[in-house]
Amino acid sequence: MSALLQVRDLSLHYGPRIGCEAVSFDLHPGELLCIVGESGSGKSTLLNAVAAQLTPTAGSVRYRQRDGEWLELGALSEADRRRLAREEWGFVTQNPRDGLRLNVSAGANVAERLMALGMRHYSQLRNMASSWLERVEIDPSRIDDAPTSFSGGMQQRLQIARTLVTQPRLVFMDEPTAGLDVSVQARILDLLRRLVNELGLAAVMVTHDLAVARLLAARTMVMQGGRVVETGLTDQILDDPQHPYTQLLVSSVLTT
Amino acid sequence: MTPRYNFAFLDEDTKRMLRRALLKAVAIPGYQVPFGSREMPLPYGWGTGGIQVTAALLGPDDVLKVIDQGADDTTNAVNIRRFFSRVAGVATTEHTADATLIQTRHRIPETSLREDQILIFQVPEPEPLRTLEPREAETRTLHALADYGLMHVTLYEDIAQYGHIATSYDYPVLVDGRFLTSPSPIPKFDNPKLDRSPALMLFGAGREKRLYAIPPYTRVESLAFDDHPFEIQRWEHQCELCGSGDSYLDEVVVDDRGTRMFVCSDTDYCSGRRVEAQA
Repeated sequence: MSALLQVRDLSLHYGPRIGCEAVSFDLHPGELLCIVGESGSGKSTLLNAVAAQLTPTAGSVRYRQRDGEWLELGALSEADRRRLAREEWGFVTQNPRDGLRLNVSAGANVAERLMALGMRHYSQLRNMASSWLERVEIDPSRIDDAPTSFSGGMQQRLQIARTLVTQPRLVFMDEPTAGLDVSVQARILDLLRRLVNELGLAAVMVTHDLAVARLLAARTMVMQGGRVVETGLTDQILDDPQHPYTQLLVSSVLTT
Repeated sequence: MTPRYNFAFLDEDTKRMLRRALLKAVAIPGYQVPFGSREMPLPYGWGTGGIQVTAALLGPDDVLKVIDQGADDTTNAVNIRRFFSRVAGVATTEHTADATLIQTRHRIPETSLREDQILIFQVPEPEPLRTLEPREAETRTLHALADYGLMHVTLYEDIAQYGHIATSYDYPVLVDGRFLTSPSPIPKFDNPKLDRSPALMLFGAGREKRLYAIPPYTRVESLAFDDHPFEIQRWEHQCELCGSGDSYLDEVVVDDRGTRMFVCSDTDYCSGRRVEAQA
């Protein structure tokens, strides 16, 4: 099967400091890749560079569109970049307040991306919004409530609904469960695992939590100081870490 | 005419700058052109944008009409009319049909306009996307890419909350199928008059330093949903002074017991009909 995303020797420097350095990987359709590493290891920088939110210093990112054509993201115009972000991608931020529109209702938040794609039928928008609220386990009777009246976990689920409603092919997630308490985390991870399987999404997820990687990802990349130090099947990395840093990460996880 | 001022108050260089911006605005219908807004002898929000456009266009032979909420005899209208008769010495009128330039706040006259007339709107907020997107750089990008899905979010919110599109003034329009534009705070009752109007329509926002235009006979479409089409206001009453059943009505409280009457908001249209009825 042909890859969906090809990253080659991607580097991003903040002046003299390294954000990420010479990262290469392929992502296939339906695959969920986790990027793990400690705070400051360049995970989010890498994610933002791949998602064309930051401009890389060197290297290339190529993406295969729905029609099979390969796009070089560095050469895309702003219009094309936004079209991709709107039609084919989704981005889930760590803080749902960054990804949601807080001054409009939950229903409008979910429907916004559909309206951006040109849907202009109110009842259809309404039905889609309500069915997606149900899919992320939010009571559809709260469709007209403001997201500010939702709990943190509900806001994150709302953000997931808003992102997935347009059936993107590729989703970027930046620590979607950080900052939530453990039981809420578990529900959201469960939900993500189910939706990723149902929709056949490809996803790149950044996390500092190895348990998240084990639960969701087939493949994991470990980063330290902006470089990828180890990459492979998640189980393999967690059960038989080769690099000293990975060994340290794995051994520092509390096991029950 | 007060001789201490240049004709129509503004100096000639400023008027030239304004005319250049206006030409650009006419060339790109609905596009907001930045301009160097000047301090005017009245506060922001009282029509500084409209006054500057009027000053740039006035010639000695022009006949000026000024409307505020449809009326010729309210403070804003009287003051602006007096201002221009003092600093430009131009003739003024209250009759829509006699005017060559009409500066307006919040209404389009009921009487149909002609090709030789120009309508100038006072605009408080030229950016229709502003309530949802506070960043100017972002709204400009959205205009550049014609990425207008966001505007429907406000209409969606209206229907979700009130069961219908409750926005009743400053109702967003798409000009010439391209630029999303604020029609200024006119009631949506007046939106159909913008579509393919024979008169040139110019919009000036003094505080926000933006000009834009709807050239004659340009297509102007009010946004809506497929299953919630655009509708204008309707009344169960007729004007109690002239009996008109198809003009925009104001509801006026006439005593302390809450008695109300409905009258035309366009005073010139209303008095014209009454004169006709007596004749």
